[in-house]
Amino acid sequence: MLGLTKRDTALFAIVVAMVVFAPFILNPFPAASPMAQFNAGYPDLMQRFLIFGIFAIGFNILFGLTGYLSFGHAAFLGTGSYAGVWMFKLLSMNVLPAIVIAVVVAGLFSVLIGYISLRRSGIYFSILTLAFAQMSYALAYSVLTPITNGETGLQLSLNDPRILDGAAAADGSLPVPNFFGIEMRSSTELYFGGWEFTLNAGYYLCAVFMIAAFYVSIRIFRSPFGMMLRAVKSNQQRMNYTGLNSRPYTLAAFVISGMFAGLAGGLLVAMDPLAGAERMQWTRSGEVVLMTILGGMGTLIGPVLGAGLIKYLENILSKINDSILHQWFSLFPDGLSDFLVFIVHPFIGKGWNLTLGLVFMLVVIFLPGGLVQGGQKIAALFRRRKPDQPVSVKHPAE
Amino acid sequence: MESFILQILNGLDKGAAYALIALGLTLIFGTLGVVNFAHGALFMLGAFCAVTLNRLLQVSHVVLDETKTDFLGNPRKIEVPYIQDWLGETMGAAIIDWSVPLSIIVTIPVMILIGVIMERGLIKHFYKRPHADQILVTFGLAIVLQEIIKAFFGANPIPTAAPQMFAGSFDFGVLLGFDPFTVFYPYWRLIYFMFSMIVIGAVFAFLQFTTFGMVVRAGMADRETVGLLGINIDRKFTIMFGIAAAVAGLAGVMYTPIVSPNYHMGMDFLVLSFVVVVVGGMGSLPGAVLAGFLLGILQSFASMSVVIEAIPGINQVIIYLVAMVILLVRPRGLMGRKGVMED
Repeated sequence: MLGLTKRDTALFAIVVAMVVFAPFILNPFPAASPMAQFNAGYPDLMQRFLIFGIFAIGFNILFGLTGYLSFGHAAFLGTGSYAGVWMFKLLSMNVLPAIVIAVVVAGLFSVLIGYISLRRSGIYFSILTLAFAQMSYALAYSVLTPITNGETGLQLSLNDPRILDGAAAADGSLPVPNFFGIEMRSSTELYFGGWEFTLNAGYYLCAVFMIAAFYVSIRIFRSPFGMMLRAVKSNQQRMNYTGLNSRPYTLAAFVISGMFAGLAGGLLVAMDPLAGAERMQWTRSGEVVLMTILGGMGTLIGPVLGAGLIKYLENILSKINDSILHQWFSLFPDGLSDFLVFIVHPFIGKGWNLTLGLVFMLVVIFLPGGLVQGGQKIAALFRRRKPDQPVSVKHPAE
Repeated sequence: MESFILQILNGLDKGAAYALIALGLTLIFGTLGVVNFAHGALFMLGAFCAVTLNRLLQVSHVVLDETKTDFLGNPRKIEVPYIQDWLGETMGAAIIDWSVPLSIIVTIPVMILIGVIMERGLIKHFYKRPHADQILVTFGLAIVLQEIIKAFFGANPIPTAAPQMFAGSFDFGVLLGFDPFTVFYPYWRLIYFMFSMIVIGAVFAFLQFTTFGMVVRAGMADRETVGLLGINIDRKFTIMFGIAAAVAGLAGVMYTPIVSPNYHMGMDFLVLSFVVVVVGGMGSLPGAVLAGFLLGILQSFASMSVVIEAIPGINQVIIYLVAMVILLVRPRGLMGRKGVMED
């Protein structure tokens, strides 16, 4: 189906189902129960799952397939965001032109950066992309203030031209992003007993893009082009010796992943029309690297899992505070519960980055293939228990 | 002319910090072949060694001063650091005043220990893995280290003063025959520059004139052969890692009076130091030092108002621009050996 093999179709169908039913799946606890704080089914967070999923999928096309570790991908996310907000300011509050222009601008920007950076490989490539990203960040903060609005960040205002829609909404307030009239923030609430589900228009717009992005990624992975990228990763020198110029392939991969980042940036501003320079900082580029590694680089589903996990932990861990901890440990004697709170305290709330760093280190050390490899290892463990079962057809490693 | 000299002086202290961090990075890369993204965090740890010592020295108890009273007529409470009780008032106060230079003594063993633990506990397992993995795991370590510091010291910068003696500025211009108050340079920055020269000199002398240094240099050139000669090169390289960490730590300690340390100061310096290493040439120690000072001075020239008016924003990007040009035109850097890491 859709030009995919049976296995890929199954994976694709699972992802589509997960994305479509996420508002239900991610809300397993009734709204009134104390466990409700672990629910992830609210629009803001789910949108971020998908948007950063797209970002990580794109990054994985470059890093997972070619092995080129870019530390500057946040620059494309940032450029996409700025381009999107400018479209809102100048043309119309419809999200479609904003997203399209975000992709195009990020694509052009990545052609420029990729063309220069890809002349080197290895650490030099990482440092070149890092240097470009830091440069864009510094410029966005200082000289480009007329375009980026510096530290304040680029926002909508009532003085914008907005040729198609007019500057203000009917009631004189700031207009909100919409998709041919459907407001991004509008949502429908469903109640089943104690459960409460929110179906959000913006979320489903992101879902459409995310599913499309995932499909593109599968097709790239299974195409001769993807095979060429993998050849670059395994031995670029040998490839060059056979007389093949690998640079057009790596540049294409770089631009594709830059456009994915631009798409993510465009969607970010479509959900919340605000763009700031801090989106381009190199630690943000580090974040997408973490997502990809955590999920499993070079695998199809890995980056999505990684993005989801990191964004979930970021939201949930940073919400937990000491009093909630005291509640959890209240069944222990006083001294012990205080001690436990003291131990756990640095890892939650503002300290969630510490947890992230630790988890990331452990993954790089013990599970270089990320969560996907972890899953495969566990699966293999169960398979080994039944030795007389015939060995299934071996699939090539992803 | 005056402003020209002033910019060179301004560039020196920043350049000295770049040079010290880049020197450590290069030591690690040249010996172990590891790209250490946690080196900025080591710089930050050094700075926080100074902060910690400063805080420890100021641990005090409250005494009642009978000679003075507050507005209610009660004797005034004053805090007296314990160290003043033990060593006498003037001596104690002097030690607190000199806490930053004094922490050098503490920092060296602490940082060597941290470096050795890091190498034995973590980096050792990454020699045979690709550079990307090394970058990633040390990047993770950097996050962890800076978050630990954040958990203990908070997110705000902690001002730590230099000794009172070096508080003022030095009128450099008078020496050269300019009008007074034209070329003005804080004493501490001068000290920082001289200190970094001493550290750099010490590292080079250590490598050049001791047997240990000779073995390390031989190992950098051909690790396998040195190993075959029956020398435990791994242990020597571990110690070099510790020394590199100590160099970064020292750079951090002495930098505290210039910029108040905060938990992410390492990350800010790391990116620039990598650029410095690349410009100097991967694996070249003199290259790292030279490029550090060059880029520091270049940056301060770029922040002259004349230059900014001509090319707006140049002060923010000059270092990156130079790095790009160098990487594209001469990938082995200013002083890199031919054939080393040129692809």
